[in-house]
Amino acid sequence: MKKHVWRPLYVVLGLIGCILVFRMFYIPDDFGTHDRGYTFGYHRLSNEQEWKEYPAKYKGTEYCKDCHSEKVESVAGSQHAMISCENCHGAAFGHPEEPAKLTIDRSRDLCIRCHSALYMPTSGRNDIPGIDPAQHNVDSECSECHNPHNPSLEDM
Amino acid sequence: MVDQVAQVAQMIVHGEAWTLKDLFVLPNEYVYWSIQIVMYPYMTGLVAGAFVLSSLYHVFGVEKLKAIARFALVFSFALLPVAMMPLMLHLMQPLRGINVLMTPHFTSAISAFGIVFLAYAVIVAAEIWFVYRKFIVESVQRLSAKAGRNAYESLLLLIYKLISLGAMDDSKEAYAADHKAVKLLAAIGIPVACFLHGYAGFIFGSVKANALWMTPLMPVIFICSAVVSGIALCIVSYYVFMEMRKWAAKRGKNFFLPDGIAHGSAAVNYDQLKSVQDHEVKMTSKYLLIFMTLALTLEILDMIFRGYTAVKSWDILRDVLFEHDFVKIFVLQYGIGNILPFLMLLLPGVTVRRAVLASAMVLFGVFMMRWNVVIGGQAFSLTFSGFMEYHLPIIPHNIETFKEGLGGALLVFGTPFVIFYFLNMIFPAFYTDDEGH
Amino acid sequence: MKRRDFMKNTAMFVAGASVSLSALELIDPQEVLAANPELRWGFLVDTHKCVGCGLCVKACKIENDIPLEANVTRTWVERYVIKKDGEVVMDSPKGALNGYTSKLLDQNKSGMREVADKDIAQAFFVPKLCNHCETPVCVQVCPVGATYQTADGAVLVDRKWCIGCGYCIMGCPYGVRFFHPIEHVADKCTFCYHRISNGGNTACAQACPFGARKIGNLRDPNDPVAKTVMGQRVGVLRDEYGTKPQVFYIGLNKEVH
Repeated sequence: MKKHVWRPLYVVLGLIGCILVFRMFYIPDDFGTHDRGYTFGYHRLSNEQEWKEYPAKYKGTEYCKDCHSEKVESVAGSQHAMISCENCHGAAFGHPEEPAKLTIDRSRDLCIRCHSALYMPTSGRNDIPGIDPAQHNVDSECSECHNPHNPSLEDM
Repeated sequence: MVDQVAQVAQMIVHGEAWTLKDLFVLPNEYVYWSIQIVMYPYMTGLVAGAFVLSSLYHVFGVEKLKAIARFALVFSFALLPVAMMPLMLHLMQPLRGINVLMTPHFTSAISAFGIVFLAYAVIVAAEIWFVYRKFIVESVQRLSAKAGRNAYESLLLLIYKLISLGAMDDSKEAYAADHKAVKLLAAIGIPVACFLHGYAGFIFGSVKANALWMTPLMPVIFICSAVVSGIALCIVSYYVFMEMRKWAAKRGKNFFLPDGIAHGSAAVNYDQLKSVQDHEVKMTSKYLLIFMTLALTLEILDMIFRGYTAVKSWDILRDVLFEHDFVKIFVLQYGIGNILPFLMLLLPGVTVRRAVLASAMVLFGVFMMRWNVVIGGQAFSLTFSGFMEYHLPIIPHNIETFKEGLGGALLVFGTPFVIFYFLNMIFPAFYTDDEGH
Repeated sequence: MKRRDFMKNTAMFVAGASVSLSALELIDPQEVLAANPELRWGFLVDTHKCVGCGLCVKACKIENDIPLEANVTRTWVERYVIKKDGEVVMDSPKGALNGYTSKLLDQNKSGMREVADKDIAQAFFVPKLCNHCETPVCVQVCPVGATYQTADGAVLVDRKWCIGCGYCIMGCPYGVRFFHPIEHVADKCTFCYHRISNGGNTACAQACPFGARKIGNLRDPNDPVAKTVMGQRVGVLRDEYGTKPQVFYIGLNKEVH
C-alpha cells in the first residue's frame, strides 16, 4: 500500500473542515428548523419578528376619528360610509406630525374606479350607479357637482 | 384616464426588459429564468458529458478513446467552474450564493448544488492529480535539475511542487496504485456526474406548477443530452486543438504552449498527429451516435405521451410546441440539431470534417433543447390563456441586460476555453506517456 | 485499497448527508396543530361583492412599499367576461392598480379587445393574493431556507437570506411571487403580517369598501371567516397541485383557476 494515495483525501478533509468552521460563524444562531418542521419551517427565527415590526402605513378610520370625529360621523350616514378615509385622503402614516396635511385624491380617476359604468351582470359592479367617463362632463372634476362625503343625488 | 400613479416614470422590474406578454398573463409573470438558466444546464451537461467520455476509457478500458480521454478529463475540469458561473450571473443576490452551501434546504432540488458540485469537483481534481502524478513528479525532477531556470520555469516548478502535495514516490508500485485510484475515481465519478446533471433535470422536472417541465423523464433526458453535448463538444474542441497542434508541429512545437513552458519540445510528427486525430474523432463520433439515439427516443416519447394523455395543459402546450416555438423545436432542435447530424454520422464513409460538422450541429441542437425547455416552459401563462415571448437582450443597456443577455451567455461560453488554455500549461492535455518524456 | 479509496471519496457525501439528516424528520401535521391550536390565518374572498375598483391593490402597494409604477404586485384583481358563445375573455391591466374603468379588455400584445354588452353572459371580478398554502411549494423549493411558514400559517420571505434564484417564483402555481424591484429578493403577500400580528386588518381588506376581502382565524369557531368557510360552499384555486390553499372563494366559477 502506498501512503501517497491518501494525500488528496487530506486536502479534501481540510477543505470540509474549513467550510464547517466557516459555517459556525456565518449562520445566525436562530437559524434552524422551527414550528412547521424542516420542509416548511427551516428559517431564521428572528425574521418573523422583523416582519411583525414592519411599519404600517394605513391607520384605519378609528385613528382618523381621534381628531376628525365630526367628519367621520358626518360621512357615517352617507352611501360612501363604507369607504375608508384613507382611500381618498391618503395613508395616515406619519400624519399629523409629518406630513401635517395629507394629499387628498380628488381626481376623476379615483371616482371612476367604481362609477365608470361597465356591464358586469354577475358582479356587484352592476349595482353601482355609473357613467361613461368619456361622455360625462369630461372637463370637470367630479367633486365640482358631487359631494364625496354625501354623494346622494337628491341632495345635490 | 389614468391614476396619478401611472404617470410616474416607468420602473422596469426583473424580467420585464425581455418579456413580451400576449393575451391573459398574470401581472407577476415574466420570463424570470432566462438565458443564464439555459446556459446552466448546458454547461453542466458539457462537464458531465466530457467526464463520461473520459471515463469510457478509464473505467471501461475503451482503448480506442485513450488519446481523447485525457483531453476530455482536463477539459471537463476547465468547464467545471463555468457550470457555476451562469448561476452566479443569474442570482439577484450573487454574494449570498454561499448560502446554498451554508444552510442547504434539502427539500429543494437546487440545495444539492453546492455539495454535489463540490464533490464532483473534488473527484475530477483528484482524478487529474492521479493521472498526472507521474508527469508532475517528472516535471519537478526535470525542472529542479535544470540549471539557470527562467522565470516561467521557476513558477512552474513552484506550482508542480505545490500540487504534488509532496508525493514524490516514483516507484513502479506507486504508479500502479495511482492507476488503480484513477480507475476507482472515474467509476465513482460517473454516477456523481450523472447525479450532478440528473438533478439539474430534476430542478425542472419537479416544478409541478409548470406543465411543460413536470415529467419524471426530465432528469433522464437531461443526462442523455448532457452526455451527447459533452461528447460533441469534446469532438469539436479536440479537432480544433489538434488542428492547432498540427499547425504547431509544422513549426517544430509540441503543445502549442509558450516556449518557456513547453514541457520539452520533442518533435511531433505531423502525420502521426493527423492519424491520431482522425482515429479519435471517428471513434468518438460512434459513441455520440449511441447516446443521441437514447436522448432522441426519450424526448419523442415524452412528447407523444403528453399528446396522448392530453391533460388540461395540453391545449396550451400544443399551441407552444406546434405554433409559437415550432421553428425552434422542430427545425432548429430536432431538424438541424438531431436528425441531420444523425444521418451525417450514420451514412457510410464518415470523414473527420463531416463528423466534426455533425458534432457542432449536435452541440447547437442540445443548446436549442435547453432553450426550448427553459424558455419554452415559460412561454405560456399559468392561466393557460396567455403567452410570453422571450427577447434575448443583445445590446445591453445596463448590468442586468448584460448579465442576462447575449454578452453574459458568450462570457460563459468563452470562459472554459480561457481556463483550458492556462490549465493546459500545467496539465498538458495532449501529453501521453509515449510521447515527450 | 479499494475499500479505503471508496471511503475517501464518500467522505464528502457523509459530510453533506449529515447535514441533511434533519430533512428526514418529516413533520406530523397533528404535532403542528397541537403546537398552535389557536391560530391559523385564512382569507375569504367574495367574488360577488368585488366591483373591480382596485383600491385593495393600491393600498397593498403603498402599505408594503411595492413601487406603484412597478409592474408587479402582491395582490391583483382579474376580470372575467364570459360571452354567450362560451368564449372567456380575461384581463388584469397593471393588476387592476387603477381599477377597471373601461369596457376594453387589455390583451397585452394583441391590443385592446371590446366585447359588446349584448354578447356578455357573465362578467365578474376575482381578487387574487398569496394563498398561504398549508403545503406551500414555494417553501419546499427554497434552496436556502429563506422562505418559510410561521406557526400561524403565514408564508414569509427572509429578505436578508434570499439569494434571488427565482425557484420559488417558478414553483408557485398561482404566480403570486416576483422579484422586488428595490430589495432584489423574492417578494409576496404576507397577509400584512405586521398588521394582523398586532391586532389589525390587512391593508387590502381595510381598503375594500364592499367587504369582498376578509382575513380571519380559521381555528376560531366564532370568527366570521371561519364560520363562512365551515358553513358555506367555498372553493379554492388550483387545488390539483396539492398545495392546500388557505384563501377561500365564494362564487368561484370553473373558468377561474
